[in-house]
Amino acid sequence: MEVNPNKHIAHSAHADAHGHAHGHHDHDHDHDDNFWSKYIFTTDHKMIAKQFLNTAIFMAFLAMFMSLIFRMQLAWPDAKIPFLQDMIGKWGKDGKLDPGFYLALVTIHGTIMVFFVLTGGLSGTFSNLLIPLQVGARDMASGFLNALSFWFFALSSVVMLVSLGVESGPASGGWTVYPPLSALPQAIPGSGLGMTLWLVSMVFFIASSLLGGINYISTILNLRTKGMSMTRLPLTIWAFFITAILGVLSFPVLLAAALLLVFDRSFGTSFYLSDIFIDGAPLDHAGGSPILYQHLFWFLGHPEVYIVLLPALGLTSEVISVNARKPIFGYKAMIGSMLVIAFLSFIVWGHHMFVTGMNPFLGSVFVFTTLLVAIPSAVKVFNYITTLWRGNIQFTPQMLFGIGLVSTFITGGLTGIILGDSALDINVHDTYFVVAHFHIVMGSSAIFGMFAGVYHWFPRMYGRMMNKPLGYIHFWLTLIGLYGTFFPMHFLGLAGLPRRYYAFTSYEAFDTLININHIVTVFAIIGGLAQFIFLFNFYYSIKYGKKSVQNPWKSNTLEWTAPVEHLHGNWPGAIPEVHRWPYDYGKPGAPDDFIPQTVPFSETPESNTPHDH
Amino acid sequence: MNILLILAVVFGTLVLVRLANVAAIASKLSGENEEAEQESANRWNSIGMLTFLIVGLITMFYLINAYAPLMLPVSASEHGVAIDELMNINWIVLFITFLITQILLFFFAFKYKFNKNRRSFYFHDNNKLEAIWTVIPTIVLASLIVTGLQEWNDITNKSDKMEGLKIQIYAKQFDFTARYAGDDKNLARTNFRLINDVNPLGVDSLDKYAADDIISKELVMPKGAEIELVINSRDVIHSVYLPHFRVQMNAVPGMTTRFSFKPTMTTAEMQKETKNPKFEYVMLCNKVCGVAHYNMKMPVRVVEMAEYQEWLKAQPLVFPVAGESTAGASTATAEASATMTSGTN
Repeated sequence: MEVNPNKHIAHSAHADAHGHAHGHHDHDHDHDDNFWSKYIFTTDHKMIAKQFLNTAIFMAFLAMFMSLIFRMQLAWPDAKIPFLQDMIGKWGKDGKLDPGFYLALVTIHGTIMVFFVLTGGLSGTFSNLLIPLQVGARDMASGFLNALSFWFFALSSVVMLVSLGVESGPASGGWTVYPPLSALPQAIPGSGLGMTLWLVSMVFFIASSLLGGINYISTILNLRTKGMSMTRLPLTIWAFFITAILGVLSFPVLLAAALLLVFDRSFGTSFYLSDIFIDGAPLDHAGGSPILYQHLFWFLGHPEVYIVLLPALGLTSEVISVNARKPIFGYKAMIGSMLVIAFLSFIVWGHHMFVTGMNPFLGSVFVFTTLLVAIPSAVKVFNYITTLWRGNIQFTPQMLFGIGLVSTFITGGLTGIILGDSALDINVHDTYFVVAHFHIVMGSSAIFGMFAGVYHWFPRMYGRMMNKPLGYIHFWLTLIGLYGTFFPMHFLGLAGLPRRYYAFTSYEAFDTLININHIVTVFAIIGGLAQFIFLFNFYYSIKYGKKSVQNPWKSNTLEWTAPVEHLHGNWPGAIPEVHRWPYDYGKPGAPDDFIPQTVPFSETPESNTPHDH
Repeated sequence: MNILLILAVVFGTLVLVRLANVAAIASKLSGENEEAEQESANRWNSIGMLTFLIVGLITMFYLINAYAPLMLPVSASEHGVAIDELMNINWIVLFITFLITQILLFFFAFKYKFNKNRRSFYFHDNNKLEAIWTVIPTIVLASLIVTGLQEWNDITNKSDKMEGLKIQIYAKQFDFTARYAGDDKNLARTNFRLINDVNPLGVDSLDKYAADDIISKELVMPKGAEIELVINSRDVIHSVYLPHFRVQMNAVPGMTTRFSFKPTMTTAEMQKETKNPKFEYVMLCNKVCGVAHYNMKMPVRVVEMAEYQEWLKAQPLVFPVAGESTAGASTATAEASATMTSGTN
């Protein structure tokens, strides 16, 4: 296998063109690295992973900050929010949040969290970090495309940030940006320049996601080291692999949806628009359908949920197995259930559209496919629980977050059965019940998976350990904060409270619910503050954390056979060979409670079973 | 003000630095024994798991009990009662699953904390177990799917065949208008190009059903009648949401959507039921439609049939008949028809 190790990173762009490859090389130091080649034009997957992670952390704090502002508005609609005007200027005059900007905050919060944090941040960080290291490759199949993937992501983030500052306000039609609202600046100010920038940003984002995805797939398929068969891949890699396929198949559809929206907005076409009278005049658009947009959007939108969730589940599988000192239960069933979930995710999008006027029979089909998703999900949950059973659990911060993920995955998954049942969806559709559901099953689970990943692989990224006690405090406050925030929202939804409302003050019937809104906001603030503990721990540990040993968690996978100090090409000397699956933890007869993948069966006669040969 | 904020940040960071240092010193004091440190962490966190499970479950039951009176009252429509029943069956199934899985998860986490003298049980595959937890969820889900779809078909099929009382709900930024069919029981067609100040719905006056159409800013429905809501929007997507009737359907520009249901309780009856003499039904917009989305609503009343007919008689026609109405209105109507003719051409 020949890999371009990109010795001269700054020139890597030309490397492909020249078609040369250095092959294996033994140097374990980097020459002529300067700021530009090390940070800006790097094609090293480990550095790109860190770039994704740091960008995502920044975006996550921004989006969280937005959510705290609108949570305060919802809990205390009549109060003045201190410092609001200092922070957001004219949108928060005298501490009163502008109703239009409330919608903008909700929209951008959703967009950033779903795309920039849980798609770009999660897949971008861990696919980049772990795919080459865990399959035994020196770098991604194309380091250059990989670097491009990050820079498109960065560009897309910048455009999104710029849109926050435009005069008429950022996009504010909800993160799904349904037309005609998103198509007509007359309908809402945010559909002016803000919406244009939103669309531009998404186009860059989709390009980034596709470049990354193609790279992940080809690396996993082509660059596995000797002995690394598909059934010896860690579940993390399987999860990234399936995620990348989902992304490659579904993101282009979002691009199409966005492009047609651009046409409707700027070039007078009528893909989504028809029979509209606004601002005192009828529009010329005729023959389009707003429902078309929803079909296209959710054709991405639902797989997107699993693009967010599967990497988190993959990371958690690894973390739970390592820390329970026990093989993951049902390795093949885990892969199978991920494949089934991925397949089903393409044929369930209509459950977002039960009350759009879509043909009810079509609705029935989507009910059927949607509820089927519960079966592979249940299999995964039971497998996690069985992995804990009679394990030998080390409570590291990552293990806590892994267990937290399983808990929120159960809680949020179950309410999905209500929402996927069209008859029951009628009365809870677009209420806080939905908000509770997806924040628990997708938001909390994915962010727990991401934290588990960060705590677990931090030593691999920065060569130092994160502080554990701070990690524990972070976990418990986050768990309590998340459940305290999102669990009571179920009650709001069942009481009929619509989402995306600036205030409920003009509805006497909802007056009694204000107490629940207080509780939600207080816990949101607790959970939000807890993230500063993480932020501090992360950056403090990069600089001052305890130096890591090579394999701090006594783990089996290949990334821990590489030296702590980063080098291009990952391993000095030859790439390690793989002889067994990655989950030989606590194998009877073995001297240690783990046997790395690089150990051949010939060296472990005491623990081999007939099955192993 | 800003200084306060900066001070808070600085102070918070200092506290965290101290905490990190204390943790570092504490680990040094314990003889730099990482194993002992992890052992203590295992103990505390495993106890934390059990505590979280118990406190979490108690809190959950407490909240369910405490918030029960705040939930929606009994459904005021026929199909709504069936939806609520289905919902309760689902809740029972989900609740049992929830309790079993969460208790197992947190209990195992509590019970199997690390012990260096013990090995985990090397158990990585069991087809029988996998089969059990594939087949049981499948059976349970199959029954939920079947009952759910039966209910869904019952609700949606009505829209196709029934000849109910047709009421148009016409949505725009940021209000709803109701249009009643009148004596001929049919709603005249509309055209968005006919919209003007006196004809805000764009009703086509040339349609033979137009003359007796009635409009209202309040949705009044007779108890016990089959109602067919004919839903339209003229600008962006809105959603007609009647939580007390378990009714929701989007209003989509360029197409007509429908929802059929039968109100079973008058407003007065519901006031008795909820023991709230001020109780009123309400229709909310439930699809974000612009800056004032949160204030887009319509008052709703359910009354006995006789009272409904009385009320209907008092409502204005879409095209007030000249002579019976004021002079100003008739001139306006004339203008409207003129605009319409040019519009249709």
